[in-house]
Amino acid sequence: MIALRSTALAAAGLLAFLLFWEAMPRLGLINPAFLPPPSTIPAAFLNEVRLGVWGEAVLSSLSHYVTGLAVGAGAGIALGLLSGMFRWFEAATAWIVRLLRPIPGLAWVPFAIIWFGVQPEAAVFIIAIGVFWIVFFATQGAVRGVDRDLVEVAQAFGFGSPWSRLTKILLPAATPGILVGLRTALGQAWMAVVAAEIFGVPGVGARMMQASSLLSTDIVVVYMLTMAALYGLFDTAFVALQGWLLRWRA
Amino acid sequence: MPESITPEPIISIAGLSLAYARAGTRTVILEDLDLDVARGEFLVIVGESGVGKSTVLRVLIGLAKPSSGTVRLRARPDCRTPMALVFQDARLLPWRRVVANVAFGLEGSGLSKAERLAKAQAMLDLVGLGDLGQRWPHQLSGGQRQRVAIARALAVDPDVLLMDEPFSALDSFTREGLQDELQRIQAATGKTILFVTHDIDEAVTLADRVVVLAGSPGRLAAEMPVTVPRPRRRRDAALQEAARQLRMELSNRSAEL
Repeated sequence: MIALRSTALAAAGLLAFLLFWEAMPRLGLINPAFLPPPSTIPAAFLNEVRLGVWGEAVLSSLSHYVTGLAVGAGAGIALGLLSGMFRWFEAATAWIVRLLRPIPGLAWVPFAIIWFGVQPEAAVFIIAIGVFWIVFFATQGAVRGVDRDLVEVAQAFGFGSPWSRLTKILLPAATPGILVGLRTALGQAWMAVVAAEIFGVPGVGARMMQASSLLSTDIVVVYMLTMAALYGLFDTAFVALQGWLLRWRA
Repeated sequence: MPESITPEPIISIAGLSLAYARAGTRTVILEDLDLDVARGEFLVIVGESGVGKSTVLRVLIGLAKPSSGTVRLRARPDCRTPMALVFQDARLLPWRRVVANVAFGLEGSGLSKAERLAKAQAMLDLVGLGDLGQRWPHQLSGGQRQRVAIARALAVDPDVLLMDEPFSALDSFTREGLQDELQRIQAATGKTILFVTHDIDEAVTLADRVVVLAGSPGRLAAEMPVTVPRPRRRRDAALQEAARQLRMELSNRSAEL
């Protein structure tokens, strides 16, 4: 009953928002070229799909997204595990981390273009850097927080080597924390996708820039909503995966 | 029981001391402990908390390093894991199903996964939890969790089972049930058991022999065989007499120290 009511309220809120948005340009309060009314978006969307531009942009963005996420998360988990497991590694990298961590992902754009050109690799690089730090710190913290008593269990049964400590105890015990980091990274990576593509690597971001230079704001909105939808899709799938992986929890 | 005890002890602890230094001060936990455990014996170590009872087990299993002294173990030559430890809190791995927890110590033993799970299932049957193998640890009661921990230790087929106050966190009904269960398991498996507790009634119920650790640093203060025949009944007068003697022994030791 309460759930039903809050769903109804949420729908009403969204409807009010759309009506307000529709009214603003229609009543002449805002120039429609600056803010297209939502009723024009479906047509713009269908047109983009018909031209084949939408599918192509989404596919290339998705490939940047997935590759960048995999590279950044993979490196973040690997180095986060090392840093969480070995004090000497953490100490040796402490100042490197302190030096590099504050540099925003976007500050790497000049180097990305110099090293990789305006190519998918450049976008992957930017995305990977954005994801890396989130996953690195989440993993490091999760490993550090593993109950030492469980590590003793492995030792008591003769699994004393770092590798068995990692695979039998630390990694499974740190999984909940790592997944939280990954979920944050999932959102962060979309930001990096747009940023990387705005510099010309073909994809959703590049298409948006193209459209905005022609003042085709309805097309810009199409891609904004496309990204919202893709993010929602990935996040929902991730939460489902997370629930399955952590089904052992109370 | 006595006929299964061979003259050569399975464990010989000689001159065992353990001390650690922290922030400049040296703390001695155990000093010059000598202790022999006979094969097949149920030996209970009692003492007040902080006396180093658990430390003896931790040294034996390799979780603590002694400062001096020797531990000699005469295990079967084919025994891959000569000792296994049951902790005070069950310490099951929450991300593994019950049966996979029991199979934990068998990994790396060369057995196939199916063989490991079959063995784990047999151990679960032995502790009376044969039906719960597919549960997650959080779905079990405290007593069930401790049974799983016992099954996990037995699964590696150790020569010696080390138990560190395994029933102290349980309610008294569950505790007494598990004490009976443990005696049954020992009769069935013939394992040597080294059991640490601070509960005197528990000690005399379970033990072939009780040793008392006392003082700071902990030393071997007294020793008392319990000859009451098994299966033992808790209300048995002979058992209650043994408990009374042990209590006296303990209070004498504390008075001396």
